[in-house]
Order: sequence, then C-alpha cells, then structure tokens
Amino acid sequence: MTDNWKPTASLETLKTRARVLQSIRAFFAARDVLEVETPILSTSAITDPQLESFKTQFNQSDYYLHTSPEFYMKRLLASGSGDIFQIARVFRIDEQGRNHNPEFSMLEWYRLGFDHHALMDEMEGLVKNIFSGIQKNISFKRISYQQAFQNILGIDPLESNARALAECAKKNNIETPQGMELDDKDMWLDWLMVMSIAPSFAKNEFTFLYDYPASQAALACLSENDSRVAHRFELFSGELELANGFYELTDAEEQSARFINENRLREQRGQKIMPIDQSLLDALEAGLPECSGVAIGLDRLLMVLSREKHIRDVIAFEIDK
Amino acid sequence: MASYSTNEFKGGLKLLLDGDPCSIIENELVKPGKGQAFNRVKLRNFKTGRILEKTFKSGESVEAADVIDVDMEFSYNDGEFWYFMDPNTFEQVAAPDSALVESGKWIKAQELCTVTLWDGVPLVVTPPNFVELAVAETDPGLKGDTAQGGTKPATLESGAVVKVPLFIEIGEILKVDTRSGEYVSRVKD
Repeated sequence: MTDNWKPTASLETLKTRARVLQSIRAFFAARDVLEVETPILSTSAITDPQLESFKTQFNQSDYYLHTSPEFYMKRLLASGSGDIFQIARVFRIDEQGRNHNPEFSMLEWYRLGFDHHALMDEMEGLVKNIFSGIQKNISFKRISYQQAFQNILGIDPLESNARALAECAKKNNIETPQGMELDDKDMWLDWLMVMSIAPSFAKNEFTFLYDYPASQAALACLSENDSRVAHRFELFSGELELANGFYELTDAEEQSARFINENRLREQRGQKIMPIDQSLLDALEAGLPECSGVAIGLDRLLMVLSREKHIRDVIAFEIDK
Repeated sequence: MASYSTNEFKGGLKLLLDGDPCSIIENELVKPGKGQAFNRVKLRNFKTGRILEKTFKSGESVEAADVIDVDMEFSYNDGEFWYFMDPNTFEQVAAPDSALVESGKWIKAQELCTVTLWDGVPLVVTPPNFVELAVAETDPGLKGDTAQGGTKPATLESGAVVKVPLFIEIGEILKVDTRSGEYVSRVKD
C-alpha cells in the first residue's frame, strides 16, 4: 500500500483554510453583503479564448462547468439583489502546476456604486482582516499598468506595437518563447508581464495593477478619460497573481460585441466556439446597476498566508489524488 | 512522428529540441490572469549533458525523442568505447565516454546499469544506486580506530575516489552510494 490516499495539505493548513472562510463571511456580514450560491452547470459558457470550460451532458444537451460565477451573479445584480458575494468552486481545463489546479476555490463579490479604486480599498481591508493575527504590517501598493511598464521596461504599453514590444524584450534579454505569434501585441504584453513586470513586484508586498489596455478589458468598462485603458485591476502578492477585478461593463451591446469578437478569435485559433450567454446579455439590457466586482483565488491566498510554494499544499486533495 | 503538447509536459518526459534529445526536469505553467499561458521548462540535454531553460507558448507541440531505458551489463572498455550487453538478448552496444561522464568511475565488469538509448545509440549510462567495490589504494589502516569520525581518501578498483573511515584497508569491499558518491559501509564476505 502506498501513501497516495493521504491528503496533500497538512491538517494545520486545512484549519487555517477554515478560519479564512469564517473571517471572509464575518467581513461581508458586517458590511451587509449577501452570500449567494449560483449554478455550476450552464448551457452557455465563457468565450474568452484563454479559458477552457469542462463540458458534460444532460438531457441530450451540452453543459459547461463555470470558470467563475460571474454571469449568474450579474443576473442576480440586475434583478435587484444588491451587494452580493459567493465562495465557489470553479473549473478550468489545462491549468495544472505549482500555482494551478483544474478546480479551485474562488471568492467573488460585487459592490454597487463602487468604482474599481473603491473596490481595491475594500479588498485591501479584507486581506488585512484575513492576515490579522498571523502577519502584521502587510503593505499594499498601487500602480497603473502603463506606469509599471514605463518604470520597469521603459516602454509605453498603450502606444507601442508588437514589433516595439518584441524589440524591448530582446533588449532586456528576454527570450522569445517557441510558438510566439510575433505580430500579436497582447501576447507580447502577456509575455513581458510574466517575465519582467510581475517578477519586479516587491516580494513581501501586495501590488494592485490597474487600468489595463483596452484590448485586455475582458468584462471591464473603458475609461471615460482615456479610451486606451479599461478599468480592470489585478492583485499580486510578490509575482503571484491573486485576483482580477473590473469596474463592470454594463453596456449590453458592447458586451455582445466582445463575446462575438472572442468567438471569432477562438475560431481563428482553431478553438471551439462557445455558446454565448444570452441571459446575461438580456440582464444587461434590463439594466445592471453601476458596480465593481472582483474574484480572488482563495487557494493562492492561502499559499501566501501559510507560505506554501505549491497549491497542493493548501488543498485537501490535489487533482489525481 | 510522435509529439507532445505542452499540457502533457512533466518531469522525465523526453523531447527532441533542435535535434538533440532532452529530458524535462521541471515544467512550470505561467499564465497572466486573463492572458496567454506559457510553459517555462528546465531540461537536460542528453548529448551535451547541459541543463537548459526553454519557454513555450502553451498549446505548442514538441517532437518526442525516441528514448528508452534498458538494463544492460557492462562488459569492458577498450579505451575508446564502453561495451554493454543486454543479458536477455545478448545484444551489444558501444557507449562513448560522453555517456559515462558521471558514471564511468563507478562501474566494473558485469555491473548491471541503466543504458538510455536514443534510436539505438547509448546517450547516458546510469549506474545502480549502490555498488560494491574493492579498495585498490589507501593509506594504511589505523587499527582500533573504528569509532572516531576521521576520514581518508581511498581509490576503488573502478577508479573512483571516496572518503572512507580511517580503519579501511586495501582489498576490503565497500558499499558506496553512487548518487552522493559517499561511502556507506564495509561489505563482509
């Protein structure tokens, strides 16, 4: 008999996980944010070419496991739920490694009337709350996407084209990965992000990176003052990405156009076209209140909290165990 | 031609890169939030013995190296090649010095080693984790000194030099860990 049946996380870490869940619920209860649960299975799916959904069948129809509870939560918001949060297990194909498990725990919440900076403020409060008693004096920093690229690589990510970014990578001795699409600007931005920008963030600090290029808006609204940027932000601990948030796009037409465009991209790359969530578009049409929302990977937050280097060390059983 | 996609990458997988067979030591998926995923891979090049790092856009396919491990008995070394024989098929292969950079000093005739073959050509020879070898040369033993921790160098019959306790004599058989190069114990006949 082998030891393979045993949990991959220590009991102590699992107790920390339970405490974190309790403190999250207490945090939102104190702020009158309603806890909700929404379906994992849906006949529609996310169109983002960077995300692959698990698929299953029921009643002769295809169903997809959600990659985040975002669409159903927005339908609740549009129906008048007010502020809501959810702790959900989400699923993503092809994501496995030191910082990835194909199923993982996500905390997602929405605040009406908050812009992305107000939500960053609240997130700071939540993380401090979770860390209190374990690690004091944790510090946060905020920097815009553009400023980060200018400080670290001396290049403007909004104005530079793919060729200039490739040149910049070369100058900084960053190799070109096999399979790189040389004229794909966003791919170069992503590559510089993982090789240079994120690794430059202070190890013992949390960093909010905000106002991403409009081409990487996902479900964020564009800035009113500068249409080159979207009000999207991410939270990092050192170089580890923890959370992604949006000052939410409420325009149904624009959202529909983005879905269609993403499906077009999927088709070009030889990926399957995903069924667009018409109910979400209908909800946006009916009226999504102005709000900001964010999703944080709880397993990674636990990794930071318990100083573990592998995601398997903070989940009871990693996949294949 | 067989190939692997980056999502099949894991330690020990054998790939062909720029025509050289390589083995994955470490594979890390890096993925910025909503962005493109990449694989950062650490590999050992079997031909040069060097460790290299390479990155791939996730989803890329890489040609598999047709590499197999076979247990073979060491026969002899003619000064140019090391000859190994498959004890089941009696098939013989000749390995160049470059395949035995780490292992040559540990093996003697009839030792069963793991020979990694690429298209039938030996790339690397791995000795057993533990070998038993006679001491060919060492300073005279200090009688009675079996407790204290002092060591001295000893040359073994296969050519390796290991640190041994002071009481070891020429002709004695020692058990040695080839991974650490450390003396384990004396072997009693």
